[in-house]
Amino acid sequence: MVHGESGGGTLLEISNLHAGIEDKQILRGIDLSIEPGEIHAIMGRNGSGKTTAANIIMGHPDFEVESGRVMLSGEDLLELETWERAREGVFLSFQYPQAVPGLQVGNFLRKSVASIRGEESAKGADFRNELNEAMDALGIPRSFLSRYVNDGFSGGEKKRFEILQMLLLKPRLAILDETDSGLDIDGIKTVAAGVNAAIRGGESAALIITHYSRILEHVKPDKVHVLIDGRIVASGGPELATELENNGYDWIEERGEAEGVA
Amino acid sequence: MPANQDAMEAVGDYKSGWHDPENSTIRFDFGLSEEVVREISALKGEPEWMTDIRIKAYRHFIERPMPTWGNTPMLHEIDFDSICYYLRSSKATEKDWDEVPDDIRNTFDRLGIPEAEQKWLSGVTAQYESEAVYHSIREDLEKQGVIFLDMDSGLREHPEIVKEWFCSVVPLTDNKFAALNTAVWSGGSFIYVPKGVHVEMPVQAYFRINAKNMGQFERTLIIADEGSSIHYVEGCTAPTYSTDSLHSAVVELIALPGAHIRYSTVQNWSANVYNLVTKRGIAHENSKIEWVDGNIGSKLTMKYPSVILKGEGSHAEVISVAYSGEGQHQDAGAKIHHLASNTTSKILSKSISKNGGRGSYRGLVKVSPKAENCKLNVVCDALILDEGSRSDTYPTMEVANPTARCEHEASVSKVSDNQLFYLMSRGHSEEEALAMIVNGFFEPFTRELPMEYAVELNQLMALEMEGSIG
Ligand SMILES: Nc1ncnc2c1ncn2[C@@H]1O[C@H](COP(=O)(O)OP(=O)(O)O)[C@@H](O)[C@H]1O
Ligand SMILES: [Mg+2]
Repeated sequence: MVHGESGGGTLLEISNLHAGIEDKQILRGIDLSIEPGEIHAIMGRNGSGKTTAANIIMGHPDFEVESGRVMLSGEDLLELETWERAREGVFLSFQYPQAVPGLQVGNFLRKSVASIRGEESAKGADFRNELNEAMDALGIPRSFLSRYVNDGFSGGEKKRFEILQMLLLKPRLAILDETDSGLDIDGIKTVAAGVNAAIRGGESAALIITHYSRILEHVKPDKVHVLIDGRIVASGGPELATELENNGYDWIEERGEAEGVA
Repeated sequence: MPANQDAMEAVGDYKSGWHDPENSTIRFDFGLSEEVVREISALKGEPEWMTDIRIKAYRHFIERPMPTWGNTPMLHEIDFDSICYYLRSSKATEKDWDEVPDDIRNTFDRLGIPEAEQKWLSGVTAQYESEAVYHSIREDLEKQGVIFLDMDSGLREHPEIVKEWFCSVVPLTDNKFAALNTAVWSGGSFIYVPKGVHVEMPVQAYFRINAKNMGQFERTLIIADEGSSIHYVEGCTAPTYSTDSLHSAVVELIALPGAHIRYSTVQNWSANVYNLVTKRGIAHENSKIEWVDGNIGSKLTMKYPSVILKGEGSHAEVISVAYSGEGQHQDAGAKIHHLASNTTSKILSKSISKNGGRGSYRGLVKVSPKAENCKLNVVCDALILDEGSRSDTYPTMEVANPTARCEHEASVSKVSDNQLFYLMSRGHSEEEALAMIVNGFFEPFTRELPMEYAVELNQLMALEMEGSIG
């Protein structure tokens, strides 16, 4: 496998991606490339295809790729099973995390770390310490470990749990799908701090999917992309998020049409 | 249940399916008659009253029609003439594993029994075919007056206790298979816990069928005297053969005032074994009886652990799980009879069906007119893993006293793609993800088992999930 060219290669390279479900086309030609150490944001209205994009990068079996490529450090992700992608370092913080009654959080975290980072990383005092540190950073109490995965969690607990997993799994590419919704301002700050700590100055990268510019004030993305109807209609710096917040998506649609992008 | 590496290498999907060469010291011809019943009794040198009970039971078995519920087509496939009703493979019941014949000892080694005994059990009985081949109890318990014997020794050494309680909970006319067991019973456990004695670590019975077309009919009687407590654990496996074997046990529990009996089973018979078992307990004042019943193997299981709440303030619990794979039908459930006031009961049934397997919950909870302020809680959950698998529930509540508080919940669910995707995105293969969901579903059951059993059950289910993804 051709991975780990962390020296200079692009981390994520999506080109001309068309994808959908059954007969319905949802993504209509996406191009996106993310370099190691970068944080990108995708903004867009409900239904524009943000979650679909995240699902396709992670390999959700319900979606079909019609054409295009998704490469991680030069390796074709679309050839891999979901769990292989995870082991290659792709992580998705779900918009709607799934409950698994009876599966204990502590047990699940240990197993996930073992399968993604290797048995050795999931053992002994080092793992314990790492786990405790991450939980403290996110303000998650120890009692959380004996609860069942996402079972009866509040919205905020679910999102914190996603970030806890991100911190422990140490992905190369972290995709955060609306992790900010359902969190209060303190939660958003905590999550942003977690993302900054995990990405800034390292070889990993993050793709933050959101509705609101609020989380972006705390992570300062390198690039912001606007997704409308399955296409990226505008890309820019962090200022684009603020403009969107002030002027709404209509503004960008009009601008896009004026520029002949859409 | 497989407990060591060796056992994991055995035949096909089912990991306990190997068999030893058959070295029987006594083997009866196939088929059943009054003569066979008398011979079994004579062989064991039993008192006449026991022979009489056996004969009566045999006659009832012959007259009694097959049950008209459960899986009747499968029941009618049983060929009672091609079953061996008594087979002894060792000369005696040993107290030392070294004295047990090599083949047999190896089998129990592979199943991890001697190892478990050393680590966490108060006593062990190991039955192979019709007789216990090994039996031991910790000395300190013996000193406290705890009796833990195989049933045959129990009858020999304590005939007066056996006579008092035998068939007192499950009468010989209870049902066709209880009658069969009463006629030809052999082996099983006999336990008496004296007043106020708490047996802290579980005692275990392990039942192994080795021969083809074998019938195993163990009989267990547990009496917990006032204020005492005991946890009894049983496991069972058999080789995989193309022809059927029959396991038909009767278990009677008596919890005297204030006593607590917990009876845990992990049944993992091979897929050619009929498992038709009657388990019932009588709970006296303020006592507690719990059945923790796991059914993973067998061809057809029909088993409904039951409790008669006879004494005021007594409590019953039946927590069961059933897994039905290809060609399997688990018809399991619970029966509780609230005869006295202020009695409480709880039934939790969880069933999983896969590859065309069929799981049924059949439950009956009854409250007598005179029983005031009873509380009943019934929860049945089914998880269906694919199209073509089946789950049915037949819950019955007969409540003849208006002060009873009844709760009943039932759910049927399927594993969703989104759930699997979520787990797979954390680096777990589809099979591992499925095993996580399945083990999670069974968790309310597994957490009631001793840790060692819980771990093995989880491994067992993970094996069952292997190769299940197309
Ligand atoms: N599993 C699915 N089945 C059918 N349609 C879907 C499915 N998932 C998403 N869609 C459709 O695809 C479009 C994009 O949805 P989604 O990617 O969830 O948008 P977003 O995350 O931007 O809100 C919507 O029209 C939605 O209805
Ligand atoms: Mg979405």
